[in-house]
Amino acid sequence: MGLLNRLCAPVAAFAFIAGGAHASEDGISQFTLENGMDVLVIEDHRSPAVVHMVWYRVGAADEPLGTSGIAHYLEHLMFKGTENMAAGEFSEVVRANGGSDNAFTSWDYTGYFQRVAADLLPQMMEMEADRMTGLILTDDVALPERSVILEERSQRVDSDPGAQFREQALAIQYLNHPYGRPIIGWRHEMEELSTDDALEFYREYYAPNNAILIVAGDVTEAEVRSLAEEYYAPIPANPELKRRERVAEPPQTAARRVVFEDQRVAQPYVARSYLAPERNPGDQDRAAALTLLSALLGDGPDGFLSRRLEFDAKTALYTGVWYGGTSLDPTTFNITVVPAEGVSLEDGEAALDAALAEFMEGGIDMEKLDRLKRQYAAQSIYEMDSTQGRARKYGVALTSGLTVEDVQAWPEVLQSVTEDDILAAAREVLVPQTSVTGWLRAPQAVASEVIQ
Amino acid sequence: MIRFAKPAALSLVLTVTAALPSFASVDIAEVETPGGLTAWLVEEPTIPFVALEIVFKGGTSLDAPEKLGAVNLMTALIEEGAGDLDARAFAAARDDLAASFRFSASDDSVSVSARFLVDTTDEAMDLLHSALTEPRFDADAVERVRAQVLSGLRSDAEDPNAIAGRTFAEAVFGDHPYARAGDGTPDTVAALTRDDLMAAFKGAIARDRVTIAAAGDISPEALSSLLDSLLADLPETGTALPGPATISFDGSTTVIDFPTPQSVISFGQPGIARDDDDFFAAYVLNQILGGGGFGSRLTEEVRVKRGLTYGIYSYLANKDLADLYVGGASTANARAAETIEVVRAEWARMAEEGPTQAELDAAKTYLIGGYPLRFDSNASIANILVGMQLDDLTPEYLETRNDRVAAVTLDDVKRVAAELLDPDELTFIVVGQPEGLAPGN
Repeated sequence: MGLLNRLCAPVAAFAFIAGGAHASEDGISQFTLENGMDVLVIEDHRSPAVVHMVWYRVGAADEPLGTSGIAHYLEHLMFKGTENMAAGEFSEVVRANGGSDNAFTSWDYTGYFQRVAADLLPQMMEMEADRMTGLILTDDVALPERSVILEERSQRVDSDPGAQFREQALAIQYLNHPYGRPIIGWRHEMEELSTDDALEFYREYYAPNNAILIVAGDVTEAEVRSLAEEYYAPIPANPELKRRERVAEPPQTAARRVVFEDQRVAQPYVARSYLAPERNPGDQDRAAALTLLSALLGDGPDGFLSRRLEFDAKTALYTGVWYGGTSLDPTTFNITVVPAEGVSLEDGEAALDAALAEFMEGGIDMEKLDRLKRQYAAQSIYEMDSTQGRARKYGVALTSGLTVEDVQAWPEVLQSVTEDDILAAAREVLVPQTSVTGWLRAPQAVASEVIQ
Repeated sequence: MIRFAKPAALSLVLTVTAALPSFASVDIAEVETPGGLTAWLVEEPTIPFVALEIVFKGGTSLDAPEKLGAVNLMTALIEEGAGDLDARAFAAARDDLAASFRFSASDDSVSVSARFLVDTTDEAMDLLHSALTEPRFDADAVERVRAQVLSGLRSDAEDPNAIAGRTFAEAVFGDHPYARAGDGTPDTVAALTRDDLMAAFKGAIARDRVTIAAAGDISPEALSSLLDSLLADLPETGTALPGPATISFDGSTTVIDFPTPQSVISFGQPGIARDDDDFFAAYVLNQILGGGGFGSRLTEEVRVKRGLTYGIYSYLANKDLADLYVGGASTANARAAETIEVVRAEWARMAEEGPTQAELDAAKTYLIGGYPLRFDSNASIANILVGMQLDDLTPEYLETRNDRVAAVTLDDVKRVAAELLDPDELTFIVVGQPEGLAPGN
């Protein structure tokens, strides 16, 4: 395994152009430390606060087989202390200074952040740098936390038929790629996760050359550079760091179906998904077309599906379309149809397919397209209001393989999408043979019973 | 390589007051319009948009018992067509302006959250004016949205959190409107007519109960004339607001049998008024007991030490017409009884002993240091400003609030803990199949 690691040279800096910082017009600058840690600074001086984030380019889709949930478990365990900090002390120091902190895990990233008064940034960096390689774990703190993540799974998934249904649908969407595994983990594997599993994962992936520092708020690039040099630069890079290369999906050659039944389901619905291309560095055109396609179909009462199914035919109570293009590997294009009362799931699904076919025949509502482009342009103004939201947008993009330049080009790429681009994307992605269709409903035999 | 250890980290705490950011950037202007409205404004010229919050007191509590759900359905329909525009045309006009309006109803208010770009302010406000003065309540829109509300009610009937909330309200609020289902029941919602919705609209959206705040790129003068145009045509008075609720907590544990692997636990007891002299001491007390997440006693005892839950919380719930102290958690059925025992024991321990000086200091520095950080966007500033007015505070509160937190002493918190916390009154609702707890009371 070590040999293989060395053969696959670490390329953690792939998302950035190494070299000097350059600030663009909206107060954003980037640079890379000698140890490979990338740094992004977003200046916003409206409020005397900063958001300090460290993102690792590792997530649930990078977990070794049989240890699903370890990325998220480790995220919890990162608060359990180092040689310099007792368990829980990290958050204690943040709170004692009026700040807030938290962490999050997805398939492609794990992130840690604190929001504090700007002059506390050095302390945040000192503590975050400390736990980048200094985590100490023992069973007496790790095992109760395993109970916590099992309770978290119970709360988020096992108590919610809709969440269990989505988990099953995603599992059959991805036959081979790890996006089919739940981020929180499969319960039977979570129950077996050990402290050593967590430490092994930690040592493999937590290193400056696998991390991105994002500081947003009332700071300057020079301040961040000097602090990052002081706190993060001394941490040695991990020369063994592997390139993230995940197994790919085989071509889908048959439509797949899943029916999930639970007596607590009061409102049945149809969920359809298709494997779809994601945003890639320097190549965001198809993802932009799919983004506009999803909005043309599903946004507001003048979205195509809403018009056809909710307003005209009244076969649906609700329709929704969602496409998340910011992803390291191929993503999904999702449609939900909640049938109107008295309309079966079968008929709701048939109405959806008829509407999609009509959309691809009938061309595009150009007024709606123009309106959407105006809204996307305005979004660039509205999103300036949330410093943390901007920081997060960059963090997600950079851990999904995109560059700062890609993020900044995205609004323009969206504006340049044409009617033909959208129809081509629709014909490429919305193919019945490569779909996954799920039905969520109450068990048929007792569907009419009232359950309390 | 790591240069600090525990003592250094502690010194950070001690220097925190010197590190506090000031409110220099949050300068509240009180705008009195010629038309007689009052609004609070924080001008922030760096981003060319405005966040506007308008709150009408009353909300779903204004519903008559046989018309439950009228205010909720009405609120959901405000944006579904107004003036010359049907639902789709209204949405298109709004989206053309890249504006957004959000209408929501709670048991205390109907709220309007608007954001709009500076260069299309007039057009956006014309559209919002139309929604607030001439909603259409078209038959097809009413039926479409009614079906969505009914679907939500069916789902709520199978949702342990919703069941817990409803059971809790019924147990605590007696015959006050707070005890009723704000979204209505399937029967009352099905029976609502267009006349009912129009009556709910006229009763809920009126000038005698409005509170307004804005933040963004707009001058006091421009805001003043904007508001007079926007709200001049509203009725002067609406439906009479209900009186204060009488609340009762009997210290019982009620189990609602529901097939789910986790029990949803809600608990509560009487709270303390927002204008009570001891409110700040109680606020700090709750931060220590259950309001602070990690570091608070409930989280440490229930989550960190025992791994019983993913999350447990408590908060002072100061509603317009009742003051409660409530909390909640979700836990495995097998350990629900243990969780309740721990919560009750912590409640009693805090009532008897109060917090330690260290806990008090940590809670105070958190609350003091965190306050300025809340004012970080137009959207959050507009929200805070409207909330301050609803709490009958003055703009000067920004300058005095942290001093009042700082002034809370250990003796204050111990005394308030002993007076306020009552483990015998602490009442639990459990939805699930908890082991060792029988269904019923």
